[in-house]
Amino acid sequence: MSDAAGYEREPAIAADTPALRAALAEKWETAPGLYGWLATVDHKKIGIRYIVTAFIFLAAGGVEALVFRLQLSWSNLHLLTPEQYDQFFTMHGMTMIFLYAGPVLSGFSNYLWPLLLGARDMALPRLNALSYWIYLFAGIVLYSGFAFGFGPNAGWFNYVPLAARAYNDGPNIDIYALGMVLLGISTTVGAINFIVTFLRLRAPGMSIDRVPILVWGTLTASAANIFAIPAVSLAFLLLWMDRNLGTHFFDVGTGGSALLWQHLFWMFGHPWVYAIVLPAMGMVSDGLPVFCRRPLVGYSAVALATVATMVLGFGVWVHHMFATGLPGVSLAFFSAASLIIALPSAVGVFAWLATIWTGRPQFTVPFLFFASFILLFTIGGVSGFMTGAVPVDWQLTDTYFVVAHLHYVLIGINVFPVAGATHFWFPKFTGRMMDERLGRWSFWTMLGGFNLGFFPMHISGLLGMPRRIYTYGDGMGWDWLNLITTAGSFLFGIGVFLFFYNVVVSRKRGALAGDNPWDAPTLEWATSSPPPPYNFAVIPTVASRHPLWEDRLQGAQRSVVARGPVLGEGREALGTTPLDTEPNIILKMPGDTLVPLVLALAMALLTVGLILLNWPVVALGVALIAAAILTWLWPREALGETAESADG
Amino acid sequence: MAEMLPQRLPVGAMDTRASGWWAMIFTVFTEASLFAYLLFSYFYLAVQPHAPGTFPEGGAPALSLAALNTAILLASSVAVGWAQLGIERGSRKRLVAGLGIGAVLGVIFLAIQGFEWAAKPFGLSSTPYSSLYFVVTGFHMVHVVVGVLMLLALTFWSARGAFGRRRFAHIHIGALYWHFVDAVWLVVFFTFYLTPQMGLAA
Repeated sequence: MSDAAGYEREPAIAADTPALRAALAEKWETAPGLYGWLATVDHKKIGIRYIVTAFIFLAAGGVEALVFRLQLSWSNLHLLTPEQYDQFFTMHGMTMIFLYAGPVLSGFSNYLWPLLLGARDMALPRLNALSYWIYLFAGIVLYSGFAFGFGPNAGWFNYVPLAARAYNDGPNIDIYALGMVLLGISTTVGAINFIVTFLRLRAPGMSIDRVPILVWGTLTASAANIFAIPAVSLAFLLLWMDRNLGTHFFDVGTGGSALLWQHLFWMFGHPWVYAIVLPAMGMVSDGLPVFCRRPLVGYSAVALATVATMVLGFGVWVHHMFATGLPGVSLAFFSAASLIIALPSAVGVFAWLATIWTGRPQFTVPFLFFASFILLFTIGGVSGFMTGAVPVDWQLTDTYFVVAHLHYVLIGINVFPVAGATHFWFPKFTGRMMDERLGRWSFWTMLGGFNLGFFPMHISGLLGMPRRIYTYGDGMGWDWLNLITTAGSFLFGIGVFLFFYNVVVSRKRGALAGDNPWDAPTLEWATSSPPPPYNFAVIPTVASRHPLWEDRLQGAQRSVVARGPVLGEGREALGTTPLDTEPNIILKMPGDTLVPLVLALAMALLTVGLILLNWPVVALGVALIAAAILTWLWPREALGETAESADG
Repeated sequence: MAEMLPQRLPVGAMDTRASGWWAMIFTVFTEASLFAYLLFSYFYLAVQPHAPGTFPEGGAPALSLAALNTAILLASSVAVGWAQLGIERGSRKRLVAGLGIGAVLGVIFLAIQGFEWAAKPFGLSSTPYSSLYFVVTGFHMVHVVVGVLMLLALTFWSARGAFGRRRFAHIHIGALYWHFVDAVWLVVFFTFYLTPQMGLAA
């Protein structure tokens, strides 16, 4: 024993008891009422917020798509003006790529990571809250222009010179640019949090060859984000300066370069594509085997393929720029790199197929979503492989073939796994099962609608239909294909609506789930559903990849969940070494605080000030940011940050 | 494997085991990437066709003031390092003195940079080079300002006795950032002041 400010302590090793749980609940429970709602740092609450917010953006981006699909459903329609059409398709792309696809995966990983790793929370709980609030405010900023008729209108990758002041006067692009810089901060601090959590908070015994593949996926994506996000944040900031302060980065007439924008954007953009699919592939790698009643085939190969995909993913950005007149040697190199990336992708596909093939599949709704992902990923992968070859790309670039490819990849590898993961982990989140019958209806509607909508785009692309045109003449032969695409996209929309409806009704009326309804092997299923605020009453000790299947796989239960170190003198977590997970510190964890919210608001204020070019507001924003950070970092005894007065 | 064995463990934010220290390492990685992309933009625009004498505008910039400033920033890193070693040995006086000297040298660096900015015959919007010069050195100056504020806060807390021989995670975390800001200056200095001397662009 020692006092709260002590430098060292030997934690008791004891069993999980109701008295211990009651004491921990009191320390870890978020305060009730509005204050608790605004001040919570609980990773589970933050994770759910991320998921719900991302789903709202998914719905918004989907409605935008349906509006312009009506416009495109037949030749020479005029439901939207060209300017409205530009804003709708740009908002759709921006919303889906930046405000849905990345954040929804952050939400799942935020909720699941500490549970998967046997930890009490994320390593940096306040940073976690900050990351969510900035995401929310950036989303609001990015939508504010659209609400007033000034949405971004130059496509989500926002090429100059179209996005330059000379061709795009008005606040549209400025709002997009600074909103993206703000969002980049959220993604970056979130990524740092995942990496530090991985390195420091894994339970004893959770060595790197025992972590679930979802952890590999999110870890890899986070490491990539650390290096990739600065490229796009910088590009948008430089563009904002070109537009407002008269700099000459992208402006060709005065010696700048339009291609510099494309390089900076895609140096970020291509790694980002992998960042928004690798964690989703991880969900499948962990979820699919549960419904095949066997461990994943080729765990190590899949983990290494995840990392290899990301590393290669940093060397393929120029395949977005094959048609810009770059030197042949550059095209050859980036084409080769783009084709080689098919290899690690194929490792995953064969591992999933082998898992189904050698397992005993149970055709539940999550299984259907996970298995159909393999099909859609393969179709999207093949069309990507095709356009990785320079001559094919020259024919197909900027046609609907590319639109088909990117939707097979992003909907196939993100939306389908996320829907499956929602069905799979919903019982853990809420304590209730989602409805299987309704789930089947939504699955088949989504799968049918998606393929009906997007497969014909391959053909309209091969027939030469360009992307981003607001309408087309009646002699082009594209009418029927577009009508089918529009019908399919509405069917897909109905499927997504049924999925959301299922979530809403099951939350109140679903069957009670129990701790481990799917008989799954990983640590999150060892806690109650939903888990208590402290996750684990004692810190577990892990002895294999499948702590809850050990009696079947290895003949005896070796991981220990019900007995372990008791950390109960305040909010405490166990820090372990990065490779061997040897315990090496007792970390003091922060509780409810409003500082992350205030800091995020101050950053949003600064962003708004810059959009309006209102310097007093900018100054106020900067001052509030400084004050919030100073408060945040003030050394606190309760967090074990200050010296005892007797100490020299 | 059986359950964890009983053992004595340190408690709280302790040296390089504090979560904040790890967070700062990855903050440094992402900030270093930011500067890498800035310098990529510099070199990318440097090799584009441009009128003679516009890249760098007015020829290679003079070395003397920038070299002096480099020495000042390096000296501030040494002072902060001296403070870090001091607190590890339990000397709170050395801690306060070292951090304070580091902050003062940082302010001197900023003043000299401000002087150099004012003396330039071109402005932000003259040419791509001038935009790059002010934006890249401006980014670095913002980092120095943040670093100086950090050092001042640490000096204040140190003077109040917040840290001691066994409790100095804040110091190591802040110092890591400061050393990074100094290291980045070396790269900026090399790019803007030395590569034109070697005949790049011009």
